[in-house]
Amino acid sequence: MSTPTRTGRNVSMTVNGEAVDRHVDPRRTLSDFLRKDCGATGVHVGCEHGVCGACTVLLDGRTARSCCTLAVQAEGSEITTVEGLADGGELHPLQEAFWKHHGLQCGFCTPGILLTVTELLAGNPDPTDDEIREGISGNICRCTGYQFIVDAVRDAAEILRGTGTGTGTGTGTDPTR
Amino acid sequence: MKPAPLDHVRATGLDHAIETLVAAGEDAKILAGGQSLVPLLAMRLAQPTTLVDLGGLRELDYIRDDGDTLEIGAMTRSRTVETSPVVAGAVPLLPAALRYVGHVTIRNRGTIGGSAAHADPAAEVPSVLRALDAELIASGPRGPRTIAARDFFDSFLLTTLEPDEILTAIRIPRQPSGSVVAVEEFARRHGDFALVAVLGAAHIDSSGRIAEVRISIAGAAPTPVRADAAERLLVGRTPTPELVRAAAAAASDATDPGSDIHAPADYRRTLATVLTRRCLTRLVADTERTEAA
Ligand SMILES: Cc1cc2nc3c(=O)[nH]c(=O)nc-3n(C[C@H](O)[C@H](O)[C@H](O)COP(=O)(O)OP(=O)(O)OC[C@H]3O[C@@H](n4cnc5c(N)ncnc54)[C@H](O)[C@@H]3O)c2cc1C
Ligand code: FES
Ligand code: FES
Repeated sequence: MSTPTRTGRNVSMTVNGEAVDRHVDPRRTLSDFLRKDCGATGVHVGCEHGVCGACTVLLDGRTARSCCTLAVQAEGSEITTVEGLADGGELHPLQEAFWKHHGLQCGFCTPGILLTVTELLAGNPDPTDDEIREGISGNICRCTGYQFIVDAVRDAAEILRGTGTGTGTGTGTDPTR
Repeated sequence: MKPAPLDHVRATGLDHAIETLVAAGEDAKILAGGQSLVPLLAMRLAQPTTLVDLGGLRELDYIRDDGDTLEIGAMTRSRTVETSPVVAGAVPLLPAALRYVGHVTIRNRGTIGGSAAHADPAAEVPSVLRALDAELIASGPRGPRTIAARDFFDSFLLTTLEPDEILTAIRIPRQPSGSVVAVEEFARRHGDFALVAVLGAAHIDSSGRIAEVRISIAGAAPTPVRADAAERLLVGRTPTPELVRAAAAAASDATDPGSDIHAPADYRRTLATVLTRRCLTRLVADTERTEAA
């Protein structure tokens, strides 16, 4: 039987493709671990109890609230944070769409929303506006009023499907519906 | 660092988990998906000395169709259960209810066993287990035992599990084929815990009579409420708007809501009436639609 230690234990996981191996206090949340021990400060921390979505990351390809997950629970997993979306200097099409449609103002909610939408579009490449709204309903944005986020997601979905040129106008109406 | 200091043991097997729980004593806590427990740790509403982490127990992550019953391992993630065709075929009320549990991100991590053991009276899973007369299987130093859902939920966030017992599986009787299900929930925002939710399942025979009906209410008492009296009014009868109204009133009579910052008791009682009526109306309408198809 392993002996528990209150002083800490080792965890290893992959963060944005890089293997990390750290000694952590077991009470450290994954969000603090990623920000403070891995330098992934794109993981934003808002409410710290699961309701705002700012801390959302991908854990083995699926979204997880990093504030509601202890670092020790992520042992052996693959984590993607917003830092892992861009390809070098090239923004991910989803980021590009947010930029183009003003899908962010202060940007605090943006990393969590981008990762949430990454999962949404992986499962549903052609969502309706209602599905987009439901998909981001666990992510609180206090700036944009959400409409520009919905526009950005719709446009990004089209680009990722390879059917569009990404020239959506952002008027809030979906011409395909 | 918001949670208080604690030890963490990653269980390597069910026996190891039980041994660790026993050794750590009353201040130990089981960690499943962490979607309820980690926020409680952060707010220091829970300050366990040791967390026994079931995260590595693949043996508790399964969905098994045994014909008459469906068995789901406690560590199966809610999202896995929600999207399983096997679950949808055997107990359609469960995926219908899971869609109301938080958001996809929460369901990716939260487990079916955690939802049952956490025993939040407003939670959907405990109400499904009550509605469908599920059994919960627990294991501890005295061996395994089976607990009927009716005896499992004790009070607000309390179950009849002993502190050294681990919930290992839930077993749900298969719903009769041709069953219709409906969940009516009122929450302030999508994904929030319900103020009140009514979960219903029915089987209506070819002559239009209600052969079987099950109604359970979340958020309107310290435990999920099974609306037995309402069910008795309905069984064997042909549904009419008057009958549905009478059943909704009986269902509301079975509740025992409290008042809190979210809603006064009277408001919840009214919600129970209205949501039961909507739930039953949908069950009847869905049956008509299925027959016409
Ligand atoms: C933003 C947000 C919204 C949510 N909305 C809803 C909602 O609308 N409806 C809803 O039902 N839930 C909701 N939840 C809670 C969510 O469903 C939790 O995942 C669930 O209640 C607990 O499951 P878990 O696996 O995360 O358990 P944990 O958080 O790990 O554990 C919860 C409790 O159960 C105990 N426990 C866990 N597993 C076992 C076991 N196998 N044996 C014995 N004890 C055990 C733990 O010791 C702890 O006390 C929400 C959570 C969040 C963060
Ligand atoms: S910081 Fe994690 S959900 Fe708000
Ligand atoms: S852009 Fe400021 S919170 Fe969303």
